[in-house]
Amino acid sequence: MVKNGTRLQSQVDDTQVIVVKTADSLDDLRCGGTPMVALDAEKTPAEIDPKFAEGNVMGKRYVDEAGAEVLVTKAGQGTLSVGESPLSLKEAKPLPASD
Amino acid sequence: MSISLLLEMAVSGNPDRLAVVSGDVRLTTQELSDLADGGAGVVDASGCEHVVYVGAGGAMLPLLLFSSARAGRAFTPINYRLSGEGIQALIERLPSPLVIVDARYRDMVGSAGAKVMDSDEFLAAARTAEPAAEFPDPDAVGVVLFTSGTTSAPKAVELSHNNLTSYITGTVEFAAAEPDDAALICVPPYHIAGVSAALSNLYAGRKMVYLASFDADEWVRLVGDEAVTTATVVPTMLDRIVKVLEAGGQKLPSLRNLAYGGSKVGLPLVRKALELLPDVGFVNAYGLTETSSTIAVLTPDDHRAAHGSPDEATARRLGSVGQPVAGIEVQIRDEAGSILGPGETGELFVRGEQVSGRYTGIGSVLDGEGWFPTRDIAMLDDEGYLFLGGRSDDTIIRGGENIAPAELEDVLIEHPHVHEVAVVGADDPEWGQAIVAVVVPVAGINPDPDELREHVRSALRGSRTPDRVVFRDELPTNATGKVLRREIVASLNDATAAPGNA
Repeated sequence: MVKNGTRLQSQVDDTQVIVVKTADSLDDLRCGGTPMVALDAEKTPAEIDPKFAEGNVMGKRYVDEAGAEVLVTKAGQGTLSVGESPLSLKEAKPLPASD
Repeated sequence: MSISLLLEMAVSGNPDRLAVVSGDVRLTTQELSDLADGGAGVVDASGCEHVVYVGAGGAMLPLLLFSSARAGRAFTPINYRLSGEGIQALIERLPSPLVIVDARYRDMVGSAGAKVMDSDEFLAAARTAEPAAEFPDPDAVGVVLFTSGTTSAPKAVELSHNNLTSYITGTVEFAAAEPDDAALICVPPYHIAGVSAALSNLYAGRKMVYLASFDADEWVRLVGDEAVTTATVVPTMLDRIVKVLEAGGQKLPSLRNLAYGGSKVGLPLVRKALELLPDVGFVNAYGLTETSSTIAVLTPDDHRAAHGSPDEATARRLGSVGQPVAGIEVQIRDEAGSILGPGETGELFVRGEQVSGRYTGIGSVLDGEGWFPTRDIAMLDDEGYLFLGGRSDDTIIRGGENIAPAELEDVLIEHPHVHEVAVVGADDPEWGQAIVAVVVPVAGINPDPDELREHVRSALRGSRTPDRVVFRDELPTNATGKVLRREIVASLNDATAAPGNA
């Protein structure tokens, strides 16, 4: 299981995420259809799978049904998924500013 | 995740947005980032292991926070209001520090630290230095803050990059601010609120307007001139601002959100503020240095629902600190460590990624399951609203009975003749400690001590009636409004010898 705080990068585009809430499901985290790898790992560039090309937004969080959560730190065109199941955008319930 | 990544994302999202306004200094996100890169170069070149700042803050705070992060060094802002001895003692506890100091405090630093630079010198050097950019280990310490030391010698709280970024990403929506949003920051740079303000507002996308030296008239003027939409104040500031608004009638039309915290604000003051600024959303934020700032929030909707509610349970919540923020779990435990249920009072324990609970030299005080003992007395109601009952260290022991000052203070503050109050235990040969209510009367009034004692007696049990009531012009507090109880107790104990005068 990846550690909370782990940074991962896409092999098909510029997407980068950070793991906010880990779960075993994230072992198969993909972007654009291809598994994501550690930030300092070697990338094997791949083509984006058109079935997973919805894109993602910087600063947004994406979750799966197991409660795993990643935060996009660099946006890209690939869809984030666990296996073949796309992650969903987490509902923002922002707090009022307190700082 | 390093706090540096928060700045990276902010630049990526909107590089040309005005991010910092401080006196004459105006920096866009890109400019702040470039300066932080240069600043990192300066830090790196110094060969020092830690970065210290002694100064009033302003733009130096975010600049040094991010320069240090990018140089892979921990950062510590120090209370510039301490004596020279006090400042030097704290600097000496840090490893080979580079001390950046505002010119006017240069003498206070003396020869402490491995290397000393003027703030202006640092700024100039940062503009031209070869940039450095490291990626510190997220578990590495990002910020070390000294606690205020009101109940014991200052402790060095270690906040990791993970603690700080977990707090930010858990409670702030990235770039969710409106293009014109502006935050007025007037909390001290050496306080956790000052550190978190630099991170949260940057991440949210708000212009940060700094008021380094608080003055209520200046605060009101700045809110208007810079069209400030949100601000955070401590109790003493709120009190002064309310006085200015009562006298001047300003409505602060741009202000949408006003947060208060740092220490307890009396209910009458909260109500007065709510009435003076009916269109402003009020936020009560509770947190500790050890928890990377806010862990519970009473939202604007909570304030509106409670204020003037006919339902007692709902109305009571105006005196609560709200519900825990996302990612935070809370527990109330009794002295034996058993978990208590709603309505029961005990010590507050918290757990979450943003909670550090680590001190230099002491290590971690988290229990086996990651729970942090706050040493605050607290209670949760049926819906999870958190009510604070004061510090457990402030408990008075009178004739073998434990009395929480907060219980009496909450009652006394509601008396129309009382402006501020602190209840402390003074040495007493008969009882061990006697309950003394130290009252700052409402201007122009000479309250009757017996009337005040009766006011408490009719609200609480007899043993909780103050033994003595003394009047003062003001209570000694630190810069964030924390009442310095030890000072009050000391002055009462010293005066015991003098008959008829306490």
